[in-house]
Amino acid sequence: MSEKILLRHEDVANLRELDVYVSDGGYATALRVLKEREPEDIIEEVKASGLRGRGGAGFPTGMKWGFLPKDNPLRYLCVNADESEPGTFKDRQILEHNPHLLLESMVLAAYAIKCHKAYIYIRGEFAQGAKILEEAVREAVAGGHLGEDIYGTGFDLDVVVHRGAGAYICGEETGLIESLEGKRAYPRVKPPFPAVYGVFGAPTIVNNVETLCCVRPILERGAQWFKTIGPEKSPGPKLYCVSGHVERPGVYELPMGTNLRELIYDHCGGIPGGKKLKAVIPGGSSVPIFTADEIDVNMDFDSIAAAGSLLGSCGTIVMNEDTCMVRALRIIARFYRHESCGQCTPCREGTGWLERLMIGLEDGGANDRDVDLLMQVADNMMGNTVCVLADAAAMPTKSFVTKFRSEFEEHLQHGGCPQRSAEAMRASAHA
Amino acid sequence: MPKLEIDGQEVEVANGTNLVQAAEQLGTEVPHYCYHPGLPVAGNCRMCLVEIEKMPKLQIACNTRANEGMVVHTKSDRVLRARESVLEFLLVNHPIDCPICDQAGECKLQDYYMDHDRQESRIPLESKVSKGKAIDIGPMIMLDQERCILCTRCTRFLDEVTGTSELGIFERGNHCQIDLFPGVMLDNPYSGNVADICPVGALTNKDFRFRTRVWYLESTPSVCPGCATGCNIDIHHRSGEVFRYRPRHNPDVNSYWMCDEGRLSYKRYQGEGRLLQPVQRAGEDWQPIAWDAAVGRFVDVLKGDKRIAGVISAQSSNEEIFLFDQLVREQLSGQVAGHSWSPEGASSDELLIDGDKNPNTAGLTELGLTLDARKIIDSALAGEIDTLVLYGTDLTQVCTVEEIAELGDKLDAAIVLDLRYGPSLEIADLVLPIASYAEIEGSFINRQRRCQVLGRSMEPTGHSWPGWQLLTKVAGSLGAPSHDSASAVFERIADKHAAFRGLTLAGLAGLGAPLGGATSGDG
Ligand SMILES: Cc1cc2nc3c(=O)[nH]c(=O)nc-3n(C[C@H](O)[C@H](O)[C@H](O)COP(=O)(O)O)c2cc1C
Ligand code: SF4
Ligand code: SF4
Ligand code: SF4
Ligand code: FES
Repeated sequence: MSEKILLRHEDVANLRELDVYVSDGGYATALRVLKEREPEDIIEEVKASGLRGRGGAGFPTGMKWGFLPKDNPLRYLCVNADESEPGTFKDRQILEHNPHLLLESMVLAAYAIKCHKAYIYIRGEFAQGAKILEEAVREAVAGGHLGEDIYGTGFDLDVVVHRGAGAYICGEETGLIESLEGKRAYPRVKPPFPAVYGVFGAPTIVNNVETLCCVRPILERGAQWFKTIGPEKSPGPKLYCVSGHVERPGVYELPMGTNLRELIYDHCGGIPGGKKLKAVIPGGSSVPIFTADEIDVNMDFDSIAAAGSLLGSCGTIVMNEDTCMVRALRIIARFYRHESCGQCTPCREGTGWLERLMIGLEDGGANDRDVDLLMQVADNMMGNTVCVLADAAAMPTKSFVTKFRSEFEEHLQHGGCPQRSAEAMRASAHA
Repeated sequence: MPKLEIDGQEVEVANGTNLVQAAEQLGTEVPHYCYHPGLPVAGNCRMCLVEIEKMPKLQIACNTRANEGMVVHTKSDRVLRARESVLEFLLVNHPIDCPICDQAGECKLQDYYMDHDRQESRIPLESKVSKGKAIDIGPMIMLDQERCILCTRCTRFLDEVTGTSELGIFERGNHCQIDLFPGVMLDNPYSGNVADICPVGALTNKDFRFRTRVWYLESTPSVCPGCATGCNIDIHHRSGEVFRYRPRHNPDVNSYWMCDEGRLSYKRYQGEGRLLQPVQRAGEDWQPIAWDAAVGRFVDVLKGDKRIAGVISAQSSNEEIFLFDQLVREQLSGQVAGHSWSPEGASSDELLIDGDKNPNTAGLTELGLTLDARKIIDSALAGEIDTLVLYGTDLTQVCTVEEIAELGDKLDAAIVLDLRYGPSLEIADLVLPIASYAEIEGSFINRQRRCQVLGRSMEPTGHSWPGWQLLTKVAGSLGAPSHDSASAVFERIADKHAAFRGLTLAGLAGLGAPLGGATSGDG
């Protein structure tokens, strides 16, 4: 796919500015749709496009919108711009370089779901992105694309940019809602789901930035066009974030279902220094890992699931043959221990326990049964919590141990990381 | 009314019932920590996981509504394994202070560990996360952050019930801890409840800490004597001593809660100051007198053509008030008034606390007494009364010190029936010690006209007698039919007063019941 849809700013300079965006055809779709089409019709078109959520779970977007109760006139749209999954940095591209694509898509989505107030919950650390977004909102309001009586159609949309509270869990949609309401980002027990009970108790749609940004293209060119890109069951353009041991790490816009091997070797130029590939995490730190032998897989929701992992947020982390899998998992474990909101017993205690076991394995002091214990703790964490952060910590643990067990055993027998001197180990523990 | 199956048994429950409650209806406990029926559901402890057929994942019982046709398993292997693992997780960073922890014996962590876990520890002790211990967070409560299992019952109580939000959770993951928000103390008038609802020893009651082990305590259902609300309580006591009150659930009165003032009111009824035996005046001194002789003397004083008046306080039970009124007004044709006094500026609020600090003011009026004790004092000061009987009444609440001295001069005789030493003894010729409300059977009527039962938690202090027993004895000696129990007295009340008709003490046990009719009936 040569034409860039989501990363169009790579082809059009200064697309971030309203004038440039408009002269590139921006807001024409919003104008046309608001004047000519009915909200229900838009939901149908998004359903027909087969668009699935890019935030991690791949839930059909049109179907989600359809869950809103019909009788409640007060409802909110929330853009999930919290992007905190390790290895994931795609939404940021859009926020900082193509903000009007998001805003126009929000106008269309809000019109479809009959909502007049939308929040963009942007990751706290994205100070630059927040500034750009706020400026874009100001420009769009001044230009009549947002605010009251848009294009004289009587449709109002107020957009608020809300800076996040600096925790990974603020990206979980109900944690996000709590945080937006000014509380600790404790994910809510479900049911009820946000579509029924969301922001301030009103029905709410939460969508990822990239998901929403597909809405304008769908309405501009039609659901049928969208379906021609990628596989039938998860179509559309997709942003791939590739990091780690590749020649050209970065964000790539390619059709959904791009082959992982092609992504690494063709688009990203392969592994530097002629090293061999050891493993790839395909969808952000929360998903099971693939070994070098398992990368002949297409990067779409269903194909990756069939291969035993998840597309997740499409944060592809590539590891070469020198990577210590124990060290890698320890870093992942530290992240989840630090980011567990602490609400559910299995997650609060399990994430800490996993990290403690990993420290023992890497630094020495582990017990003979600790490799098995890692598996058991991970098993006990899975499926039993309020949100899936516990699973997100358990899944990589299980797959690392299962697929690289000998490396774990080696650490156990060696009383620490065999590759490193005790000195280096101590230094790294405090790094 | 959905019908469902739990562990092979059918049960029909009200709409909206959750699975913890539904199982409870069958006598099955689904172990739980964060769920509390008086608070919004949090669903965080994950202890109540159950298996529901046709659902792939285990579900939390506390947040699952019972639905028609559901088939639920609370004891399947999967459920037991999940429970065991939640318990193991809870203990990962738990200090296991049991030998020095006040909660031991009523700790849900201990209980469930014994019932559902009992596995050997797989966590090295030295790697536990340490947090604050014995933190003084308010007048009633001590906090131990290490023992806390982060169930948020306390924060939900403070957010939703009192609306004061003094406590919050700080930090994340396994560093999470309960603490005060900066600049506040946990000092709202209901703070004691957080220790009751805390399932572990993280929040303990300062007044109770280290005074006894809970397994030595006996529990008797009763009613708080602190104010006219009449919160239902359990009295926890041991060998004649009250150790604490615990609120007892009554949806129509106090829900699951009680106030701190009421909670500590037990102190007024025990220890120093209680009258222990009958005494009579011998000049400046008091002389002990045996009960038989004391009753005889009381009867003698009342006999003959005398102008008699009596005052009885709203701290007394219905049975005492009724018998007192019968004796003085019916039998002796004297005057009677009720006395209901509360201090200036007494606390009150919208939640539970009533400004009337008497548990039975409504009992006085329902039984037909006026609340005009001052009128009787005025008659006495005017020399219109020969004999005054004061029942639980502190004269300083009705007259000045000078007036008390004057009363002494004007009266032929004054008889005091009371729990403890007080200014009224100044003018007494005979003092008869009566048992406290915790030592008798009987009933109070609260501000909603609800009749509620007192539990007899212990033997009367010293040689005191239950008031009803004393009064029926005296009335009997003067020729009236006597009663052999408080229940029998209550039966008489029900005969004579329409509002009580159909009620019995035994029938009122538990939650009590509203009186009939809109106003008092005097038959
Ligand atoms: C721990 C956790 C963190 C998450 N973080 C993000 C995030 O940063 N951005 C995001 O879009 N979705 C995140 N999600 C997924 C959201 O909960 C939600 O599924 C998503 O916003 C829905 O949008 P979509 O339907 O457009 O994918 C996270 C989920 C979990 C469990
Ligand atoms: S699973 Fe973890 S992050 Fe999610 S709500 Fe529970 S404790 Fe919080
Ligand atoms: S809270 Fe319970 S388990 Fe913990 S120390 Fe106290 S009694 Fe023991
Ligand atoms: S202090 Fe007690 S009630 Fe509060 S969260 Fe901890 S365990 Fe629960
Ligand atoms: S009691 Fe249900 S999750 Fe805690």
